Amino acid sequence: MEALLQDLLGENLLTTIVYCSLPLVFILVYALLAILGEVKISAWMQDRLGPMRTGPWGIIQPLADVLKLLQKEDTTPGTANKPLYNLAAFLPFMASYATFAVLPFSSEYVGADLNLGAFYLIAVSSIAVVGIIMAGWSSNNKYSLYGAVRSAAQIISYEVPAAMAVLIIVLFVGSLNLSDITVAQEGGFWNWFVFGGPKGEVTLADGGVISASWANIVYFPLFGATFLIYYVAGLAETNRTPFDIPEAESELVSGYHTEYSGMKFAMFFMAEYANMFVVSAVAVILFFGGWQSPYGTTIGDLAGIRWLGAVEEFGWFTVKGLFFVFVMIWLRWTLPRLRVDQLMHVCWKVLIPATFAIALVVGALVLVV
Amino acid sequence: MQEELLELREDIASGIDSGKLRTDEMVLNMGPQHPSTHGVLRLELVLDGEVVVKIIPHLGYLHRCFEKHAEAMTYPQVIPYCDRMDYLAAMNNDHGYALAVERLMDIQVPERVEYIRVIMAELQRIASHLVAIGTFGMDIGAFTPFLYCFRDREFILDIFEKTCGARLLYNYIWIGGLSHDVYDGFEKDVMQFIKAFRPTITEVNNLLNYNKVFIERCASIGVLPPDVGISFGCSGPMLRGSGVDFDLRRDDPYSIYDRFEWDVIVGDGSAGTLGDCWDRHMVRVKEMEESCKIIEQAIAGLPEGDISEAIPKRVRPLAGEIYTRVENPRGELGYYIISDGKGNPFRVKVRAPGFVNLSVIDAISRGCLVADLVAILGSIDIVLGEVDR
Repeated sequence: MEALLQDLLGENLLTTIVYCSLPLVFILVYALLAILGEVKISAWMQDRLGPMRTGPWGIIQPLADVLKLLQKEDTTPGTANKPLYNLAAFLPFMASYATFAVLPFSSEYVGADLNLGAFYLIAVSSIAVVGIIMAGWSSNNKYSLYGAVRSAAQIISYEVPAAMAVLIIVLFVGSLNLSDITVAQEGGFWNWFVFGGPKGEVTLADGGVISASWANIVYFPLFGATFLIYYVAGLAETNRTPFDIPEAESELVSGYHTEYSGMKFAMFFMAEYANMFVVSAVAVILFFGGWQSPYGTTIGDLAGIRWLGAVEEFGWFTVKGLFFVFVMIWLRWTLPRLRVDQLMHVCWKVLIPATFAIALVVGALVLVV
Repeated sequence: MQEELLELREDIASGIDSGKLRTDEMVLNMGPQHPSTHGVLRLELVLDGEVVVKIIPHLGYLHRCFEKHAEAMTYPQVIPYCDRMDYLAAMNNDHGYALAVERLMDIQVPERVEYIRVIMAELQRIASHLVAIGTFGMDIGAFTPFLYCFRDREFILDIFEKTCGARLLYNYIWIGGLSHDVYDGFEKDVMQFIKAFRPTITEVNNLLNYNKVFIERCASIGVLPPDVGISFGCSGPMLRGSGVDFDLRRDDPYSIYDRFEWDVIVGDGSAGTLGDCWDRHMVRVKEMEESCKIIEQAIAGLPEGDISEAIPKRVRPLAGEIYTRVENPRGELGYYIISDGKGNPFRVKVRAPGFVNLSVIDAISRGCLVADLVAILGSIDIVLGEVDR
């Protein structure tokens, strides 16, 4: 992809900027789709029609929403700490945008193919908490403060099981590179980690070899459980129902972004949706084969047309990611909200011990087999 | 410093709270504009972290001088004001007021009127409980059941609209009669509604009431012991949720409630402790089924007749006083009316169940979390129009 852009635009700064902006384009298009999905899916679940007036079946409603937000007055509370207040709105989105850099969208497009991809992902996504605490504190509003403190406690707690879940797959693959993790699941859906990992022999980019063994029978339930733990922790990290405690509408009005309006509010909103995709995408990369197609090959590869193969891979990655975004929307309109202490109970007494136990077993098996 | 730390450690080890572990308290104003105060209630919360230390409710944001208004109006003119007290149960309010004035004037209303009143009151009870159940779910964070409840409430409002032209404030039950007879096909509409409504109860049960997360949030939260409930004067689902078997429709029968077969639902503490939020909520859910039973029997026995033959031309009761109470969806609604023989009441005092039920909130929510407080407030099911009057 980078080579293609260099051919087109030459080897200069512009190429780099265009290359870096591609995920932004993706996020913007995806956010519009996801917002439409949210309103329409919730409407269908609730015996409603949802927006119907803006365009056929209301499909341009998200655009209308964006236009509305752009026109809104950008209010700042008189007692707010203005520099922090203004900066805080952009940090959560920045954090989730930064994580897009390492997501392997297809074998031809990875923003930055870092050897420490998984580590970078966990580290950078934590920056969002800083923005949330800043937003809650600088608004000088008690509801915002409660939301921020709850959010910090929640996100930091749930990072532990999420990171441990990532680590379990990393232990098995022996690489922190997300492309390597994707390649390790090549050759059809039965090789995906959620189904126990590769059933044959796989050679990684750095020459490492993963081969199947009797241990795959043990890995199957373990990795399945790891996926569930990761997904639950991911839900909590994105502040989605049943873990939407930081912005619990019926308790805290809307939590840490109570005071924000207009585009600054939209930035928080975008960050939430971008985060939903990041969590889903990481789940796809770690457990559902990333950009691998479920039948192991692509039409482009069979026909020998490389670019078609890359587009197909991108399609598979997006479709799988969007499926998990859909599950999040589905859960949101189905489940009630947990309470703060119950949330912590789930994290520290259920998820974290479970991940440690799984990591122990997987680590031992990797050593022995 | 060292000694203080040692003392603290001993406190923690022994579980005794000597006050040293407490952090600074913070006052949080919840309301009057807040998503879960169900109107314009203002709660002044004293919080220790997320733990509620004290609650001071501030009322009166919706005070509309109902009682003073009533003194300036003729008896029939008071009815529209009754509608506006508990605007989710306007039929029941009118029913209570009409009963009080009828007893004051010794009016015997026709059988048909009594049957229609009971059908309307029970339909209104279902509609009111649907709002209570839906909004309670929303307080807990479940949005979808709320819309299912409102969808079915629409059918009831449609029936009311067809009958008297209004969807919320009806002025339907008049002294001695009704404003209109029911329309042709009313019985069919009501039976059709009940047939379509019963599956919704199951649906809400599956989606919300027996949901693990929901039970976790409601069980053993905001426990109202029966003795506390009685001493505060709580009534309705609030009191029955605590296991007190008391329902005015059975225990002080008015209208024709003594002719029907139905059960009084009481909480059993099956999810946690007796008298918790879940019990109060489930009493409402199960009461809707009992209301359906009453409506079915009333529709089957609905006699023919003239609904307006007992409506007095001039409402001018003899000097005297009366207290009449009816079972509102929220509890015991009492009207205390003093007449001095003139065309307008000398005094109308209303015992609003919502007001009395709300008074218990400080007693049952100390030491809970903010999230629990929202659940407790939702399970009390207040309507501010009635609390403030």
